[in-house]
Amino acid sequence: MPETISLTINHARKQVARGTTVAAAMLLVQQPSRVSVTGEPRTALCGMGICFECRAVVNGVLHRRTCQLLCEQDMAVETNP
Amino acid sequence: MISTKTKRTEVLVVGAGPAGIAAATAAAENGRSVIVLDDNLTAGGQIWRGATVEESRPSHRSDPQKQRAIERLQRSGAQLFSGHCVYSADASGTLQTSQESASGTSTEQFHFEQLILATGARERFLPFPGWTLPGVFGAGGLQALVKGGYPIAGKRVIVAGTGPLLLAVAAHLVEDGAVVSHLLEQAPLAQLAPFAASLWTHPAKLIQGASFRAKLWKTSYRTGCWVVDAIAASDGQKLAAVRMTDGTRTWTEPCDLLACGYHLVPNTELAALLGCRFSGSFVQVDDTQRTSLPNVFCAGEPTGIAGLDAALVQGEIAGLACAGRSYASLQKRAATERTFGDRMEKAFALRPELRSLPRPETIVCRCEDVRFSNLHNHTGWTDAKLQTRCGMGPCQGRVCGPAIEHLLGWKPVSVRQPLFPVPIEALCAQDETTEINNQNELIEEKA
Repeated sequence: MPETISLTINHARKQVARGTTVAAAMLLVQQPSRVSVTGEPRTALCGMGICFECRAVVNGVLHRRTCQLLCEQDMAVETNP
Repeated sequence: MISTKTKRTEVLVVGAGPAGIAAATAAAENGRSVIVLDDNLTAGGQIWRGATVEESRPSHRSDPQKQRAIERLQRSGAQLFSGHCVYSADASGTLQTSQESASGTSTEQFHFEQLILATGARERFLPFPGWTLPGVFGAGGLQALVKGGYPIAGKRVIVAGTGPLLLAVAAHLVEDGAVVSHLLEQAPLAQLAPFAASLWTHPAKLIQGASFRAKLWKTSYRTGCWVVDAIAASDGQKLAAVRMTDGTRTWTEPCDLLACGYHLVPNTELAALLGCRFSGSFVQVDDTQRTSLPNVFCAGEPTGIAGLDAALVQGEIAGLACAGRSYASLQKRAATERTFGDRMEKAFALRPELRSLPRPETIVCRCEDVRFSNLHNHTGWTDAKLQTRCGMGPCQGRVCGPAIEHLLGWKPVSVRQPLFPVPIEALCAQDETTEINNQNELIEEKA
């Protein structure tokens, strides 16, 4: 079995397989990566760092492209407001 | 005072997909110092995208052709820098990148004598009602997310849009346990048939297509069919069903996920910023893959969407040309692959009905939530940007640009740096790390 790592997504702790992108982890727990300028929930679209729909708050930093970022132990991920 | 550490190389390659890998390998094997920069986590680009999760799911098997290419790149002496996003460059020989990590963003600078652009392509997205709902993805987009660890087993998926990628995506999703109920190709059979018939000249592609098709024996595969509407669940927050049409009949099918992409558009922003001459939507190159700028080469999809084999041969030609070596033996192969690209373009040409999919309230620019009706009073990009902020968000029009070109015929306007958003503190931060450049000398520039 693959090694798992533990992180929080919108303050809920979650185990994911090592190598999981943050975008995939957010889809896994059905949390939107961001809220659009008119208040719609959004999730990753292109999966390759182009569309910026997957941007979220990672360790307090806004607008991180989560499809280009791997989950790390104790990472704190939140929906980008 | 800000100091920026700089790496110096003879040949700088942007993009570590098949074209970039082939270019870097050819240049390095022929004695040039080579650095390859790539925005993604690992080399391979999109077509050779690998799984980042160590699992034994069937579609996560590594492609042996990719494995060989990457091993040869490593042996060649070329240095690969993954996670490097190019946000600025000038043809005189300087290029800037940003690197994101869990702790923040940093920047780096590269000096080059020759530059090879192998920036690949992205999916074309066309707006339709509901396309912003969670559960709607690009076709390659969903596949990339699955490779990034998103489990798809048991999910009901509809794959739709156009292009040869759809078949590959649907087959991989099925291998990973998804239930792909429908594969909708917008191109009519009459338009696809000549392309399919011409594949006898490319037996490997024919065999690959047939093997994908064989994996989809449970899927309803329809040509001349397209998605008109993504329907939300009662909470309005996620996808529940897809409305589709064959032009005469329209019906609804339930699903968990929709993977919808309309073939590919080239990533040409860097070429445009540098001032390379274009031919239509593509970067103009000569038979050495040289652009209108003497020290800038371009290989793969930015010169015309023609797929993996074209990218490999064009990359090799560009790398050999940079090293001053003969590339004559490769020209015939390059010409054959260009013909394949031309046929593909005709086969997957977009049907006019796709222009009438968005309703007035349908969002066209997802970054700024600009609706289709907001664009009606505008005549072009400059006007629309100023009045509506369309294309002004972080993706900088990479998604809505090609969509609006298809919907309204607006051609893209000027490209400006930074090509990707860079935090101002990263631009200003003092870089205290010591970097050794490609020729073991350290260059420090003070600004």
